Amino acid sequence: MEPAIFEERQEQIHRKGQQPFEMACNKESLAGAVSQRACVFCGSRVVLYPIADALHLVHGPIGCAAYTWDIRGALSSGPELHRLSFSTDLQEKDVIFGGETKLYQALTELIDRHHPQAAFVYSTCIVGIIGDDLEGVCRKVSREKGIPVLPVQSEGFKGNKRAGYNAACQAMFRLVGTGDTAGISPKSLNILGDFNLAGEIWIIRDYFQRMGLEVVANITGDGRVDDLRRAHGAALNVVQCSGATMDLAIMMKEIYGTPYIRVSYFGVEDMAESLYSVARFFNDPEMLHRTRELVREELSLLQPQLQVYQRVLSGKKAAIYVGGAFKAFSLVKAFRLLGMKVVLVGSQTGTPEDYQELHDITDEGTIIVDDSNPLELSAFLKEQDVDIFVGGVKERPIAYKLGVGFCDHNHERKEALEGFIGMLNFAREVHNTVMSPIWQFMPRRRGKSISKGVSG
Amino acid sequence: MLLRHTPNEIKERSALTINPAKTCQPIGAMYAALGIHKCLPHSHGSQGCYAYHRSTLTRHYKEPVMAATSAFTEGASVFGGQANLLQSINNIFSVYEPDVIAVHTTCLSETIGDDIPQIIAKARDEGKIPAGKYVIHANTPSYVGTHVTGFANMVKGMVDYFAEANGHKEQWINIIPGYVEPCDMEEIKRLTKELGVPSIMFPDTSEVLNGPQTGKFHMFPAGGVTTADLMRTGAAVGTVALGRLASGPAARALDTKCKVPCEILDLPIGLKATDIFIDTLRQIAGVTVPDAINLERGRLLDVITDMHQYFYGRKVALAGDPDQLISLTQFLVDLDMWPIHIVTGTPGKKFETRIKEITRESPYPVNVRAGGDMFLLHQWIRNERVDLMLGNTYMKYIARDEDIPLVRYGFPILDRIGHSYFPTVGYRGGLRLLEKILDALLDRKDRDAPEESFELVM
Repeated sequence: MEPAIFEERQEQIHRKGQQPFEMACNKESLAGAVSQRACVFCGSRVVLYPIADALHLVHGPIGCAAYTWDIRGALSSGPELHRLSFSTDLQEKDVIFGGETKLYQALTELIDRHHPQAAFVYSTCIVGIIGDDLEGVCRKVSREKGIPVLPVQSEGFKGNKRAGYNAACQAMFRLVGTGDTAGISPKSLNILGDFNLAGEIWIIRDYFQRMGLEVVANITGDGRVDDLRRAHGAALNVVQCSGATMDLAIMMKEIYGTPYIRVSYFGVEDMAESLYSVARFFNDPEMLHRTRELVREELSLLQPQLQVYQRVLSGKKAAIYVGGAFKAFSLVKAFRLLGMKVVLVGSQTGTPEDYQELHDITDEGTIIVDDSNPLELSAFLKEQDVDIFVGGVKERPIAYKLGVGFCDHNHERKEALEGFIGMLNFAREVHNTVMSPIWQFMPRRRGKSISKGVSG
Repeated sequence: MLLRHTPNEIKERSALTINPAKTCQPIGAMYAALGIHKCLPHSHGSQGCYAYHRSTLTRHYKEPVMAATSAFTEGASVFGGQANLLQSINNIFSVYEPDVIAVHTTCLSETIGDDIPQIIAKARDEGKIPAGKYVIHANTPSYVGTHVTGFANMVKGMVDYFAEANGHKEQWINIIPGYVEPCDMEEIKRLTKELGVPSIMFPDTSEVLNGPQTGKFHMFPAGGVTTADLMRTGAAVGTVALGRLASGPAARALDTKCKVPCEILDLPIGLKATDIFIDTLRQIAGVTVPDAINLERGRLLDVITDMHQYFYGRKVALAGDPDQLISLTQFLVDLDMWPIHIVTGTPGKKFETRIKEITRESPYPVNVRAGGDMFLLHQWIRNERVDLMLGNTYMKYIARDEDIPLVRYGFPILDRIGHSYFPTVGYRGGLRLLEKILDALLDRKDRDAPEESFELVM
C-alpha cells in the first residue's frame, strides 16, 4: 500500500540504501499536519519538573498546568512538591490588564506556605503576547523572600521542544555557581539528562558510586536545588538524552570549564561504554579496574537471563518513534542485541547529525523519518509488518489498533529501562508484548501459527 | 503523603489555583468535534496545545485521537495566524480528506485577534475547501470558562454552521447529550430508540472514542453525527438538551436560528433525572413508555431497595463538572447519602444555588464552590471527613492520603478503564453507579472490620 505522505515531507523520510543520505529536519512542522510534536513550554516542563524541592508555578491559563500535572513518573526520594499543580489560572481581565500582580501574589503565597528552595516560573504563550515582565516580578520576589526565583522563558509558540530544553537550561544555569563547592571530591560528576523515570537515576548513581565517584547533582531526576547550586564543583558532566540538558553542559563548560561527555545508559553496549568513558576521563587505573569488575559482574548476572529472551525474539521486527534521536541510537543497538531487526526509526526533534548517525547504524532498507504523523507511521508499521512499536503516549493506541506490540519508552514507562538491569527489563517487556498470545486474535495474524514465548 | 503540603486552615485565594478541578476550553471543543463523522478537529494555536489535548484524551480513552494544528511560530504570533490556517485547511483537505474541519481557537490566536470566519471565507474564495466539505469554528480562549464551556461552544458551532430550517416541522427530535462519555451517548440513543422516537443526536462520540480493535488504523472511525443529519436538526419538532452548561447554548441557538423549541434538562444520571428525561421524550414525541424501559427502571429501584441500608447517612465529597455534579448530588440525596463537599472548577453562581437547593435538608453544613480546586476540596475533607469520594483520577491523591474510598467519575480518568464502555446515564447507568458505590463502601467495610464482625453476608 502507498503510505499517505505530504509531498513537502518527502525530504523528511528516507529509506536506507535507495539514494545518498540527506535528511531535512529541525524544520517547523507543516501547518495542518497531525504531527506528534509538542511546544516550548512542554520541553521546559519535562526538564525542570523533576527538581523535587523547587516550586513550579505555571503562569498562564489553566490548561498548561492541568495537562502537565504529575503526568511523568519522575520519582523523588524525598520532597514531592513537584507533583502538585500550581497555576496563576489567567482570566480574561488578566489578559487585558496584565498578570503581574497575580503572579506576584501567587508566588508570595506559595513560597510562604511551602518554603521551597527555589521557584521556577514558567511563561506560556499568552504571557509572551501580553508582555508581563516575568523577569521583574521574579527579581522582586526573590529579593523579598531570599530564594532564587527563576523565570523560564517557555512561551509555547517560540519553537518546538528543543527551544524549551534551552529555556530550562538557561533557568538552571542561573542556579549553578551559587553554592559552596567545599568538600567536593576531585573524582566527582553531575548526571545530566536523566529524569529518574521508574527510579532509573538511582541505578546509575549506584554504578558511579561503585566506581568510586561522587555524584554532585542529579540533573534533573530526583533533583535538588542545592545540588544544582554547587554543580560547578564537579569534575565532569555526563550528559544523556538528545539535547534536553546539553545546553547546560555547554554553558558550564564555557563559564566554569567543566568538561562534558555524552553517554547513554540504555542497552548493554552503551551502558558499559558510558561507564568506561567516565573511567577513562579520570585516567585512574584503579577506577578503571573497578569499572571492569562492575561491568563483568553485571554482565555475568544479565547474560544468562537475556539469552532466554534472545532465543525467542531473534528475527522479530521493531519500529521506533521517539522524542529525541539519541534515545533511538541506543534502541537500535538494544534491539540488535536481542537479535531483532529495526525496520523503522524516527524522532520528533532530531538534528542532521543525529540522522546521519541513525543512517550509519541501521541496516539497509530501514526507514528513517523526522517529525512523522499517525497516517505515515501506521502505513509504515503495516507495510513492514512489525512485531513491536516503541514510542510514547500518542503512539501506543496506533500500535494497538493495528494489533502490534508496544513498549513505552517515554513518560509512561513503569519499569526502569536504564542500566544493565534495565536491559533485562526491556528484553522482558519486549518479549511479553511481542510474544503475547493475544495477537493470535488480531486480523493480521489470523491463521498464522504463533510461536510460544518464555513463561515466567 | 503526597499532599502533606495541604494545611487545614482555609484562606481565600484569588491569584492561584492549586490542583485544578478543570482544564481549558480547547480540549472540550476538540472532544465535541470528534463527535462529528469524518471530522478533524483543528487547534488554531501552538503545537503544544493540541499535543496536550491529544495526549490527555488518549490517556482517558486509550484510543488514537486525531487532530491538527496551525503550528504557530513566533512569526504567526506577530503577524497573525491567517497564513497558517489557510495552509492547514489546504493541507488537511488534500491529504487527510475529512468531511469537516472543526477549528477551535486558543489563548494565543484569540489574543492576537485572528478572525476565524473571515479566514474561512477566504479559504472558500481561494478554492481551498472542496465541494461538499466544511470548515466550522468555535471561539475557545483558554482564559475564559473551562473545558465544559469549550464543549458547549463547539456544539453551538455545529448549529451555527449546519442547522437549516425547511419551513415545516419533521417528526424527529434533536438530542444534545452533553459532555458525557461515548457509551453514555450510545445509551441515550438506545433509550430514545427503545421509546420509538426518531432522533438526531449531536455530537456523538460513540464508535469514535470507544471503537473496536479491527486490525486497522482509521484516521476517521465509524461513529459521529453526519453533516447531513446536522443540517436536518433545523427541521426537528423539538430539541432535548441534556446538561444546562454543556448543551444549553446549542439548544437555544437552534431555537433562535430555526425556531426549534427546546427542553433543557439535567443529565439523566440517577433515578429522578432519568425519569424526567424519559417523560420529556414521551411527551414531545407522543409515545408511551414501553415495558422494556419500565423493566430497567424497576431493576434500578429494586437494587436501591435491596441495598438502601448501606447508603444511609454516608457523607460524600465530589469534584467534577457542573452538569454531572447536579445530577449526581440529586441521586446521592435520593439514596439518603449526604454530599457535603462539592467542588467544580467551572465558575457559575447558578451551580452553587442549585446544589444548595438539592442539599437543603442535609443534616450537615454543605460546602459548595464553583470555580474551586482540589486543594480546597482536600482542605474541606480534612476539616470534615467523608465516607466516600467521587471524582476523576486526580482525586486518588486525596483518597490515598486520607484513606477514603474513591469511585472514579468524570474527566480525566487515567488509571482505570470502563468509563468509555459502561454508561452511567439512564436506569442501567444508575445501576452501574450503584454497583461501583456499593463495591467501594463494602470493600472498605470488609477491609476494616475486626475479625469477629467480618461478615460473609452483606
